[in-house]
Amino acid sequence: MTLVWLVVVPFVAGAAAWVADRWSHAWPRWIALAGIGIDLAIAVTLWFGTSGAALVPGAGPWLAEIDVRWIDALGIHLHFAIDGLSLLLVLLTGLLGVLAVAASWTEIQDRVGAFHFQLLWILSGLIGVFTAMDLFLFYFFWEMMLVPMFFLIGIWGHERRIYAATKFFLFTQVSGLLMLIAIVALYIVHGRATGTYTFDVTALAGTPMSSTMSWWLMLGFFGAFAVKLPMVPLHTWLPDAHTEAPTAGSVVLASLLLKTGAYGMLRFVLPLFRDAAASFAPVAIVLGVIGVVYGAALAFGQTDLKRLVAYTSVSHMGFVLIGIFAGTTIALQGAILQILCHGLSTGALFILAGAMQERLHTREMGRMGGLWADAPRMGGMTLFFALASMGLPGLGNFIAEFLVLAGTYRVSPIATIVASTGLIVSTVYALWLVQAAFQGPRHGTARLRDLGVREMATMAVLVAALVWIGLYPQSVVDTASPAIARITSAPRVASRAP
Amino acid sequence: MTASTLSAIGPLVALAVAVLVVMIALAIHRSRGLTFALTLAGLAAAAVTLRHAPMAPAIDAVPLVVFDAAARFYTGLILAATAAIAVLAFGDAEWQGERPEEIDLLLLLAALGSVVLVAAVHFVALFLGLEILSVSLYALIAYPRTHAASLEAGVKYLVLAAGSAAFLLFGMALVYAETGTMAFAGLTMMPSVADATVALAGVGLIVVGIGFKLALVPFHLWTPDVYEGAPAPVAAFIATVSKGAVLALLVRYAAIIDVRSRPSLFMTFAVLAVASMIAGNVLALLQDNVKRLLAYSSIAHLGYLIVAFLASGALASTAIAFYLSAYFVTMIGAFGVVTVLSQERGAGTGSLDEYRGLALRRPWIATVFAAMLLSLAGIPLTAGFVGKLYVTVAAGGAALWTLLVVMMLTSGLGLFYYLRVIVAMFMQPTDSAVATLAAIRVPVAAGLTLAALAVALVWLGVYPEPFIQVIRATVGGG
Repeated sequence: MTLVWLVVVPFVAGAAAWVADRWSHAWPRWIALAGIGIDLAIAVTLWFGTSGAALVPGAGPWLAEIDVRWIDALGIHLHFAIDGLSLLLVLLTGLLGVLAVAASWTEIQDRVGAFHFQLLWILSGLIGVFTAMDLFLFYFFWEMMLVPMFFLIGIWGHERRIYAATKFFLFTQVSGLLMLIAIVALYIVHGRATGTYTFDVTALAGTPMSSTMSWWLMLGFFGAFAVKLPMVPLHTWLPDAHTEAPTAGSVVLASLLLKTGAYGMLRFVLPLFRDAAASFAPVAIVLGVIGVVYGAALAFGQTDLKRLVAYTSVSHMGFVLIGIFAGTTIALQGAILQILCHGLSTGALFILAGAMQERLHTREMGRMGGLWADAPRMGGMTLFFALASMGLPGLGNFIAEFLVLAGTYRVSPIATIVASTGLIVSTVYALWLVQAAFQGPRHGTARLRDLGVREMATMAVLVAALVWIGLYPQSVVDTASPAIARITSAPRVASRAP
Repeated sequence: MTASTLSAIGPLVALAVAVLVVMIALAIHRSRGLTFALTLAGLAAAAVTLRHAPMAPAIDAVPLVVFDAAARFYTGLILAATAAIAVLAFGDAEWQGERPEEIDLLLLLAALGSVVLVAAVHFVALFLGLEILSVSLYALIAYPRTHAASLEAGVKYLVLAAGSAAFLLFGMALVYAETGTMAFAGLTMMPSVADATVALAGVGLIVVGIGFKLALVPFHLWTPDVYEGAPAPVAAFIATVSKGAVLALLVRYAAIIDVRSRPSLFMTFAVLAVASMIAGNVLALLQDNVKRLLAYSSIAHLGYLIVAFLASGALASTAIAFYLSAYFVTMIGAFGVVTVLSQERGAGTGSLDEYRGLALRRPWIATVFAAMLLSLAGIPLTAGFVGKLYVTVAAGGAALWTLLVVMMLTSGLGLFYYLRVIVAMFMQPTDSAVATLAAIRVPVAAGLTLAALAVALVWLGVYPEPFIQVIRATVGGG
């Protein structure tokens, strides 16, 4: 029942926030904070309650599970379950959800209720995606969060918001619909072969099918996840959407929505289509490497602060793609750590970029410069997260990228070597970002207001989380290891590689 | 004629009696309230006879119509939809002062024609039903006589519907010449080989006639003009009841002649479906008028339904029945909002500009409209989503992958124009729109109908199981 609450609480809180807007603009903010805060609390309780004993006896691989018949005529179940992998992502969603509400506290003044309604329905959809173990239910949430995201960008975004929102929507929607065909096809193939028509992920994992069929279905799923991840060359929606979205929208997009792509690959593509995924792995790894280098190179060329951070996402998520398809235990651990650390560090950078835009009314780095004198706290935080994102030892991102590279070396040394160059470029853009915005001569005379208590508290949480993962990554790895073990216990995913 | 014969065609008798009663009432005392009440009573009586008519085996009381389980389901759907549309039309101030009493009479007649269609098992019944329906619609479309747009739409519909009826008649004649019978059951004798040129031509002409009624591309040219010119509730009737009845008939007809075993017929419908999905969605992108946009959207939706129709089989029948029900709820709801908003502005408007800022002025109406549009787009939590899944499963089960991919790509495109309307509703309104929106008073009955439709929409989208069971028990297992 806990899992149902995880989805329902933000859902109801979102509706309540909208209604409460009639009375006061403060109400929606507090309701939203409470709604997602409850989720975070539930997730933390689950984490502490189950650490140590990784598996609940008799509950199979799940830490918690609920399975109720929903649409019987088609064999659809309301099947939520959570394992270590899902739990980590739900924790991330809860944490960044709280921070996204906090980051919008002063930025959003227009239609406050509707804004928090959209934000909370996205979060509810995300938690649904991370816990649904019925493919139909999964698709239900996958689609459900798109419309609020569209409005979040399209209504509260910046100058080119309609263009960005539409582009985001078309990319994700069309790829999602093709995935729906793949889901239905898998359902039919399984039903024909076994006589049981079901959307249950565990049952579908053992579907006997021809390798051609498996290949096509795998592509259907992979396409939808690759758009979200995003994988080069399907990434072009991302810089626009991230740049034009309001701060909370950018945070949710970069830190959470992209993770649904990685999660989908780990949860569905690898277990459902083992052989097809294995033969596809070289292609995916090459595309991942291209993403790492290309994203980093483009990030260096940007003058718009948010656009720069957006391209670094393309680069960092490339590591996730490499790690997933390298398929070794170490690489998978790295990929999962990277999912979390990228979520934390990029979320922080977008919050900082949003804070700067709120004060300076520009995102152009050419019009910044010398801000450190006025805003040392903001400068220090930006430096910290820029260093985290380039992979400074002692912080989570370093461990994550190191593990991905170490795990991939056994599979493909060349890919590892090329991907490592991405790390060098990332050093350049991270330092360039700090240098352009905070060092050098000052532009203009207006004094910049430094980060306030609310913003510093937000930053402190993220700093603590990154340092924690950087110094004690085992705590996270332990939580995820049963899920990783189930992925790798299958025949090696990557049999050949370039 | 015995009592059991009468009860076997109970809904038809009840509707016909209701038509007569309304006519007589009009002769004695003209009152909108009275005719409206009598109309609802007539629809309710028809629904009751539907319940109490003997269940299977269907009695061949008359050779023209059979109220089997599928016909019962669709009759129920038609009665409910007509009632909802009658309520919307009742509250529609647009028609006041123009002797509005006959609207109810014509709606009842149109419903009678539709019920004949869904129960038809004979070409004569098909033609009879189609003509009763069409003639009522000519009058309904052109009912606001002082509006040029309505008159134009009425004449356009009259000319094209009469033309398509001629095609249909000639096609029936050719099929009759080949098979020697006008009962659908006799169609199984129709030669399936391609050398039966006469029969093939006959079926082809019938497809043209049906294609016109369903507004499949390339027989769709009347649709946007008629939807735009007709009063909004009438447009809702054309989009839902009229098309739904013909589609139900088509499903019955196809079950007899078995479309999948006739490649030429299968290909014809596949091409029509693809053309409707592509043209409907692409042309909808270009519209600046909500009524025209809904017209093209309905063309696209009929394309999706034809995909399910081509899948054939029990699962496809269930999918069609569910999708059609969801589509009925959604379209009537969408046109209901247009009806409510088109008051005091005369027929024929519906420009997108008038919807700007609706969410700020009339949040509830905007929410209902947004829900309806999202259902048309097939977004989760709405009936349209489950409907889309059902059609996908049916088409996937029949391995119609090409059609499915076209459906998915075009419906992805379709989202774009639904969202455009929703975005417009959330924009800052223009000054003229503020003035108009502020003046609107939503009639209580229409408001309640919209609320009921919205509840039905979400209910079908979140917990469709009970309704699916009803469909499986009537239209066919699967």
